[in-house]
Amino acid sequence: MAATSLWRRLLRVAGSLLAAGPAAAVTLPADRAEALFHVYDGGGVKADGPALLVRKSIADKVSLSGLVYVDAVSNASIDVVTTASPFKEKRTAFDLGLDYVYRDATVSLGASSSTEPDYEVRAFSLDAAQEVFGGMTTVSLGFTRAADTVGKKGEPGFEDETTHWQYRLGLTQILSPTWLMSANFEAISDSGYLGSPYRVALVFGAAVPERNPRTRSSRAIKLRAVGDTGSVVSRSAVRAEYRYFWDNWDIQAHTVEFGASRYIGERWLVDAYVRGYSQSKALFYSDNATAETTYISRNRQLSSFTSPSIGAKASYSVGGMPARFDLKLVGAYEFKQFKFKDFTDLRSGQLYSHSASVLQLYLTANY
Amino acid sequence: MNTHRLTALMAFAAATLLSGCAAPQPWVKPYEREALSDPIMAFSRGALADKHREHVFNVREGARGATGVQGGGCGCN
Repeated sequence: MAATSLWRRLLRVAGSLLAAGPAAAVTLPADRAEALFHVYDGGGVKADGPALLVRKSIADKVSLSGLVYVDAVSNASIDVVTTASPFKEKRTAFDLGLDYVYRDATVSLGASSSTEPDYEVRAFSLDAAQEVFGGMTTVSLGFTRAADTVGKKGEPGFEDETTHWQYRLGLTQILSPTWLMSANFEAISDSGYLGSPYRVALVFGAAVPERNPRTRSSRAIKLRAVGDTGSVVSRSAVRAEYRYFWDNWDIQAHTVEFGASRYIGERWLVDAYVRGYSQSKALFYSDNATAETTYISRNRQLSSFTSPSIGAKASYSVGGMPARFDLKLVGAYEFKQFKFKDFTDLRSGQLYSHSASVLQLYLTANY
Repeated sequence: MNTHRLTALMAFAAATLLSGCAAPQPWVKPYEREALSDPIMAFSRGALADKHREHVFNVREGARGATGVQGGGCGCN
């Protein structure tokens, strides 16, 4: 009898953890279309293009999404200017997604492809999210596998491959009626060709093709919090996030971001934020190596640098036909700086730095 | 009578002690989540804009991952 009561009690505890309170059924992502025009301009590189996303649910159980993303790149970066010649190329990406809702769980499947003249990616992903604890906690798990084919323009004999495995774990928690937080962890493993066939390294001042390890393993953890601050400033919210990244190439990076959002009038929602980023260099990175080593790279993405940025976004609700569709126009601008600590501009002999602008103009329609 | 009293006392003591082990109950009820469901509180308000921003960082910074974006993968090098 006592054993049965204990068992019942344990079941009740487990049950209340899993589904305490009234069942808060998970809903599918809203039907939506987005059209974006994006621009990145900085350090001699300009990349822009359109992107389109359409999402539609079927029978309230499944939501399908399709995405097309175009990046037209005109590259005259410092690498290109000092060691090669400027070029233009276009990247086109397609994503297909399927979300399925069952009780308090969402299962998402994704397939994507990205094509450049000398680089192709095929990827698939599987994600699952489960609401527990009366809908106050969401636990998510995800996996992506991507396979790349690397080529080199003007050298048909060059072909290599890369495989990426990504494992994600996430937790979103309602803290109070006005605060939310989330924690995310992701482990990524890569195997294969992990450099660029065009980039050169410097050894005793002489240019040699870069030599990167053929495996890499990284970890990242991110904490985020967002809070409604309507009790202090009407119809407003603040957010903060921090990410710590480390890998077995000896890179460690910190990313912090703080932002504030506020409704103005009936139609405007404005955001402002600052972001800070800093990283330490990879073990085999060198501006100009003074010893022969197995691996050598002068890829400034693997160097020590900081990159602060400041951004703002304004969203205007156009409205629409009630119960049919609702339109929003959004404009976002971010100003960034890259300050390299051990990458020399070979033209001037000074440490290299540059600024960049990121612009997004988009239209969203919920229907 | 005494036995009954003792049983009642023990039951009361057991209930009091065991209540200390009770699982925490969801302390924010669904009807208290109006502020949380406002778009201003969403971690993401535009999937395409987030994808673009993530791509911009992924191709220029050494760090990657744990963005909270489903699917992940940037198709870049």
